[in-house]
Amino acid sequence: MKKPGKAKLIEFYTKMVRIRKIEQKLMEVFSNGEIPGFIHVSIGQEAAPVGICSHLSDSDYISTTHRGHGHALAKGIDLKFFMAELFGKREGYCLGRSGSMHLADKNLGIMGANGIVGGGIPIATGAALAAKYKKTGQVVVATFGEGATSEGVFHEALNIAAIHKLPIVYACENNEWAEFSPQRIHMSVKDVKDRAAAYAIPGVSVSNDVLKIYEEAGKAIKMAREGRGPTLLEIKSERWYGHYVGDAQKYRGKEKVAEAMKKDCLLNFEKLLLKDNVLQRKDIDRIEKEIQAEINEAVDFARGCSPPDPSEMMDGLYV
Amino acid sequence: MKEIRYIFAIKEAMEEEMERDENVFLIGEDVGLAGGSFGASRGLYDKFGPERVIDTPISEAGFTSIALGAASCGLRPIVEIMFMDFVTCAMDSIVNQVAKMRYMFGNQYTVPIVVRMPEGAGLNAGPQHSQCLEAWFAHVPGLKVVMPSTPYDVKGLLKSSIRDDNPVIFVENKTLHAMKGSVGEEDYVIPIGKADVKREGEDVTVVTASRMVHESLKAADILSQEGINIEVVDLRTIQPWDKEAVFNSISKTHRLVIAHEAVKQFGFGAEISAAVSEEIMDELDAPIMRVGAPFVPVPYSLEKFYVPSSEDIVGTVKKTLEQGF
Repeated sequence: MKKPGKAKLIEFYTKMVRIRKIEQKLMEVFSNGEIPGFIHVSIGQEAAPVGICSHLSDSDYISTTHRGHGHALAKGIDLKFFMAELFGKREGYCLGRSGSMHLADKNLGIMGANGIVGGGIPIATGAALAAKYKKTGQVVVATFGEGATSEGVFHEALNIAAIHKLPIVYACENNEWAEFSPQRIHMSVKDVKDRAAAYAIPGVSVSNDVLKIYEEAGKAIKMAREGRGPTLLEIKSERWYGHYVGDAQKYRGKEKVAEAMKKDCLLNFEKLLLKDNVLQRKDIDRIEKEIQAEINEAVDFARGCSPPDPSEMMDGLYV
Repeated sequence: MKEIRYIFAIKEAMEEEMERDENVFLIGEDVGLAGGSFGASRGLYDKFGPERVIDTPISEAGFTSIALGAASCGLRPIVEIMFMDFVTCAMDSIVNQVAKMRYMFGNQYTVPIVVRMPEGAGLNAGPQHSQCLEAWFAHVPGLKVVMPSTPYDVKGLLKSSIRDDNPVIFVENKTLHAMKGSVGEEDYVIPIGKADVKREGEDVTVVTASRMVHESLKAADILSQEGINIEVVDLRTIQPWDKEAVFNSISKTHRLVIAHEAVKQFGFGAEISAAVSEEIMDELDAPIMRVGAPFVPVPYSLEKFYVPSSEDIVGTVKKTLEQGF
C-alpha cells in the first residue's frame, strides 16, 4: 500500500477536524433544545471513518449506526441537508422524519444509519451480495461497535458473507462500552478480531491511529474488491461523551473519562503533522476557521428550513 | 387452462418471473439443492444456478435483511421462510428494517422484496410449526400482506407481488399446497388488494381468506340445502384489504361473518369488524360474528378440534340469522 502523501495527510486531518467540530456544534445546539430526540456523538473516534472512507468511491456502500455522523460525513454527505435532517426539517435527507439515527444518502452509497444495534450489518451484506450478483466491482463497509458483535445478525451475516466471499469489510469500532456496560461484562473475548476465526476470515485489530486504520482498511477493501472475501477489522477507539449526549457516565467515573480523553486520535495526529512539518500552526488555524464558517452556515440553513407539513406525513409509505 | 397443484403454481410463478427479469432471485433455507422444504422451488436450482437460487444457513434474520440490502440496490429478492413460525426470528428484519427502509430514509429507497411463508395447522406439526401470524404484519405500516386460497390465485398474486415495488408478506397455507386447481396457460397477474367473490349469495356475507375460503365454500353447500345462501368473499389480500368489495357484499346481505384460521382474538377479523361498525353500521341487520381458532397454542394431537371448520361457519351463520337489533 502506497503511503499517503502530504496532500492526503492534510485531507485526513481536515476531515477529522471537520467531524469533531460538527459534533461539538451538535452538542451545543442539542443542549439548546434545537434538535429533538437524542443524539450520539463519536468524538474521540474520528480516525476510523476517515481512514476507511478514504478508500471508497461514491458508488461504494457504507452502513452506519446510531453513532454514525462521522461515517456519513467522511463518505461525503452534504452538511446542510445533514443538519436540516437533525433539526427535523423537511429539506433533510429523510424529509425530517428520522433524525440523527437514520442519516442516509442513496446517491453516495450511505445506506442509512440504523437505530437497531447490529441492524445494518446484514443489510450491508445484502448490498455486497447485489454487487457480486451484478458484477459491479463495488465494495461495502459495514460499520458498527463492539456491542453489535453480540447480536445474532452479526454472526449470521459474517457466516453468509464468508461462505459467498462477498465484497465487504466489517469495521468494528471497539470503544469498550455497549451503551452503559463495559466490555468485560458483555464479551468473553478481549479482541473482536478473534471472532473472525469462527468464519475462517481474516481478523485484524488496529489502534485508533488514522494512518494505521488507513493502511489496514486499504488491505481489507482491496481484498474485498478482488473477490477474495470479507475481513473483520477492529479499531480500538475511545468514547468520550457517553452513550448519548447528556449521559453523565456515572457508571464510568470521571477519572476513566478523563483517561479516555487523553487518548485523542485527532490531537495525536495533529502533533505528528506539526512535528513532520506537514502543517504549521497557522494552517491549522485556517482549516479550523474555514470549517467553523461552513458549520455556522449549515446550522443557519437548517434553522431557516421548514418543518414537515402534517399533510405530507403519509407520503411515500408505499410506492 | 391446466390443472396443477398450489405448490406447483408457486414454482411456476417464481420460474416465470425469474425468466422475465434477471434481477429476481430466490433465497432461503433448502431452496436450492433440496428444491424447497415443501418443493416450491423444485428444479429452479438446476435451471438458474446457485447465484439466483441461494441456499442459506439456518439464519432467518440474517438472510431476510441480506435480501433487503440487495433489494435496496436494485435486485428483486424472493425470500422463503420455511414455516411461518420461523419468521419470528426475522421480526427485526421485517418490522424495523424491511417495512421502514423506504419511509424512514425519506422515500430514497424502493424495496421490492417478497417474503414467502406457509402458515397453518394440518400437518400435526405442533405449536411451533402451525401458527397463523398474518395479523402481526398487517399491523405494520409499509408492508402488504397477501394470502391466496387457490392455485390460480397463488400464481397470479405471487407474480404481482414479485413485480410490486413494495415489500410483500406472502402467506401460503400448508394444507393448500397439495390442492389442485385450474391455472391459466398465459402470463396473468392478479392485483394486490382485490378480493374475489368465490360464491354469490344474498343471506349472509362470509369474509375470509386462505384455507378458510374452502371451509366457507363447504359451509355454503351445507347451508344451501337448508335454503340459506351465503356470499363467500375471499379477501386474497388482507393489507390493504378490499373494503369496497366487502362493503358491497354487506350492502346486499346485511349480515357479516368473518372467518380465519388464526386465533380469533386480534385477528384480521377484528379490523374488518371494526371498520364495518365505524363506516356502514346502518347496513347491518345483526351483530357481526367471527370464526377463529381458540386462544391457545396449536395442540398437535387436537388439530381437528382446534382448526375452525365448515361446521363452525355453518353454526355461526345460523346464529347471525337468528339475531337482530
